[in-house]
Amino acid sequence: MSQVAIIVNGKARKADVEPRMLLVHVLREQFNLTGTHLGCDTSQCGACTVLVDGRSAKSCTIFAVQADGSEVTTIEGLATDGQLHPLQKGFWDAHGLQCGYCTPGMIMSAVTLLRDTPDPTEAQIREGIAGNLCRCTGYQHIVDAIQLAAGRR
Amino acid sequence: MATTHVLPKLVGQRIKRREDPRLIQGRGTYVDDVKIVGMQHIAFKRSDIAHGRIRRLDVSVAKALEGVEAVFTGAQLAELIRPMPIGTPFPSPTHRAIAVDVVRYVGEAVAVVVARDRYVARDAVDAIVVEYEPLPAVVDLERAMTGQPAVIHADFPNNIALPQIASGTGVDASGKADDTKIDQAFAAADVVISQRMVNQRLVPNAMEPRGVVAHYEPGKGSLTMWSSTQNPHILRSMVAGMLGLGESQVRAIAPEVGGGFGAKINIYAEEYVAAAVSKALGLPVKWIEERTEAFVATTHGRDILGYVDLAATKDGKVLGLKLRLIADIGAYNMLLTAAIPTLTMLMANATYDIPAIRATLVEVFTNKTPTDAYRGAGRPEATYFVERAMDMLAAELRIDPAEVRRRNFIPSDKFPYATQMGAVYDSGDYEKALDVALAAAGWEALKAERDAARKQGRLVGLGLSMYVEVCGVGPSASLPTGGWEHAQVTVERDGRITAATGASPHGQGNETTFAQMLADQFGVPLEHVTILHGDTAVVKQGIGTFGSRSQAVGGTALVMAGARVKAKMAKFAGPLLEAHEADLVFENGIISVKGLPTSGKSFKDVASYAYVPVPLPEGLEPGLSEEAFFEPKNNTYPFGCHISMVEVDRQTGEPRLLKLVAVDDAGTLINPLIVEGQIHGGLAQGIGQALIEEAVYDEQGQLLTGSFMDYAMPRATDFPRFELQAMVTPTPVNPLGAKGVGEAGTLGSTPCLVAATVDALREFGVKHIDMSLRPEKLWRIIQGGRA
Ligand code: FES
Ligand code: FES
Repeated sequence: MSQVAIIVNGKARKADVEPRMLLVHVLREQFNLTGTHLGCDTSQCGACTVLVDGRSAKSCTIFAVQADGSEVTTIEGLATDGQLHPLQKGFWDAHGLQCGYCTPGMIMSAVTLLRDTPDPTEAQIREGIAGNLCRCTGYQHIVDAIQLAAGRR
Repeated sequence: MATTHVLPKLVGQRIKRREDPRLIQGRGTYVDDVKIVGMQHIAFKRSDIAHGRIRRLDVSVAKALEGVEAVFTGAQLAELIRPMPIGTPFPSPTHRAIAVDVVRYVGEAVAVVVARDRYVARDAVDAIVVEYEPLPAVVDLERAMTGQPAVIHADFPNNIALPQIASGTGVDASGKADDTKIDQAFAAADVVISQRMVNQRLVPNAMEPRGVVAHYEPGKGSLTMWSSTQNPHILRSMVAGMLGLGESQVRAIAPEVGGGFGAKINIYAEEYVAAAVSKALGLPVKWIEERTEAFVATTHGRDILGYVDLAATKDGKVLGLKLRLIADIGAYNMLLTAAIPTLTMLMANATYDIPAIRATLVEVFTNKTPTDAYRGAGRPEATYFVERAMDMLAAELRIDPAEVRRRNFIPSDKFPYATQMGAVYDSGDYEKALDVALAAAGWEALKAERDAARKQGRLVGLGLSMYVEVCGVGPSASLPTGGWEHAQVTVERDGRITAATGASPHGQGNETTFAQMLADQFGVPLEHVTILHGDTAVVKQGIGTFGSRSQAVGGTALVMAGARVKAKMAKFAGPLLEAHEADLVFENGIISVKGLPTSGKSFKDVASYAYVPVPLPEGLEPGLSEEAFFEPKNNTYPFGCHISMVEVDRQTGEPRLLKLVAVDDAGTLINPLIVEGQIHGGLAQGIGQALIEEAVYDEQGQLLTGSFMDYAMPRATDFPRFELQAMVTPTPVNPLGAKGVGEAGTLGSTPCLVAATVDALREFGVKHIDMSLRPEKLWRIIQGGRA
């Protein structure tokens, strides 16, 4: 067992973990932040996407010990002062989700997308979320949601 | 008298979903988010060969691992639960939840481990040693039908799961076929199109894998289960039956469910095993499927081979159709497996008036993961076979594909229309759908664009397809689980409305659409309506969400129950307003006398009066809560037309979808925003099937496309912006006029894309290409064409 210290959604947390423990499992099972989902075991779906030190990362692909000392933001930490993040609003307004399973990861990926490309074209949005799978929406309303959020910032 | 503000009518509006605030903040509760004190994790040891006899199964090392609570083999499990039941009246071999002596597909469970956490459970699974005597793997479908290279189930000679059944022209109720008419049709034909087509096997891949938490409480003798399922009530009945418990001792909860697409209708081995293990150990247990596990352990979809013969005159009038279907159902029958391909037969008429049709079906066992429902379930296959044949006819006769269809449509004045296949199409206007689509796409301009592109040497093609599907599934005669849906509506003491529906959603937005309907019905704000679902302790009865039925059947049950409560509420309000109940209107949170809007009592006051009724009106019981079961007399038949443009890269063979126009008629729409989302999602799955998705097995029965690394899931970059247009032809089958839309997108899209791709490659003389339209396949056609 090793101890890791991670700042999660602005709060300092510690956990005792086996070296093989994935970050996503620590977030979900030890910190009870179950908004981060698991959709695969080959790092392809993006359902587990969180921000590590401000950039989106697949938390199923990082051992918890690798995240020691870093700052992690999960979907639960995205709204500030009870105000939804523009992307959260965008997804709601544009019907960017159906079952909602891919949604937290999709939103966290889009955070980085909009940070790097504040005014993206449709093609750039599609490219930017190509690492996230959604089986429900056909992506069109997700694209709309991200466009809406970009326009509002 | 409170000041009134006018509440807008909500049905038909693009209302934002009420489910979303929790989901966009990561506060939905999916099954893996459920935690119970003392909960153990279970994991399955699965066969890594397709067919073999278990020679040795050694669980001793696994059992001795620190943190392992128990290990059960198939033989031990067989003492706890009965063989797996199915939901269709077809013959089925014995199927144990965990294999006892023979494994029949890669992924079949051979043992289950119960351990402290999921890591230890996995360690223990890896520590189990199994030795098999390999048996020949039955992989090739048509070879399997000859009993080669092996017979999978001793009681099913030649691997025939379902010996040939026939339906259509000249087939009587007993299944006896008279060929006279069909033979005459083919004898009279100027042209006959014959093509073997494969509607390939797909992996459903809901983004949330399956999962279950089972909690048997020995003190109470009752079991609570959380499962990622489309139908908790069916789960409850089946699990109770398997464990020998009464249905009232089992509570099944479908929490937030991360997509289903038909693959979460089936009640799976893992659900029975989790329940049995929890009961045996007196401990709560959780099983969460891993993705690569899901690829082999969750049912697959499609996999029907069709031999299609279409007879027509030289003017393109279809005289006869023969459809010989062979379904590869994998190693076992699951809940609805055997019934799915019968829907392909049922829909063989498609949108056309065809004088003579014969469809036959054989179902065959192979050493593959069993098939069951997958979005569209049998209907996309029918659409595909018939529409492809229509295109080949158009090409053969050099008639525009739109025109050849126009010459064969069931006329709009012929509805309700009894088909040769035994369906009664409720309502439709196929020619109008075609015209709307042609106009929306600019068909003639597109043709000019295609021809201009071709002049520049580009490989561009156009495709068009019609579809009609069967939705709103019921009545009970057509669904072994029961073809109704249930709802209960309660007006609470404070005037809020609580409604419970048996239609258990997994992304369809029923909490929003159902609330829209009730808010309108009672004239109250949307926020005052709460929709409950997915818990058998809260929703007394139900069937579930599949077959695009939740609105058409579940929605109707809901407004029926609503109407009953409303009628009773009017009886309470009548005396208060000194008016006859028939003269009351419910609007803007007020119940008032027709024509005297300011005369009213608030909805809330009438509600509280109903619960403290002093005086109690003559002949009334206190309270405002009513329920309804709705059983439709017929299915509904939504329809539409899809048009696409595809370009194939001459160098690489890669196809690219440039344009997709979809005209869909799902009857009355409750929330067009949600409907569009449903169509988009269906299109993505249909286009995925056409272009990139395919479950590929090798000769040993190994699934080669067994993870997201190998199985091509559609991504955002695979699609252009879809162009949708709605048409509304209400159904007479239910009072809402709603037909259902969940599966629509998967129907028109596959033939439409294949047609466009074949059209793009026309210069190489190609007439048909089987899906998926992999670049390598298209590249070979291009190369062959050059040679
Ligand atoms: S869970 Fe699929 S990429 Fe992390
Ligand atoms: S909303 Fe269901 S997977 Fe994206």
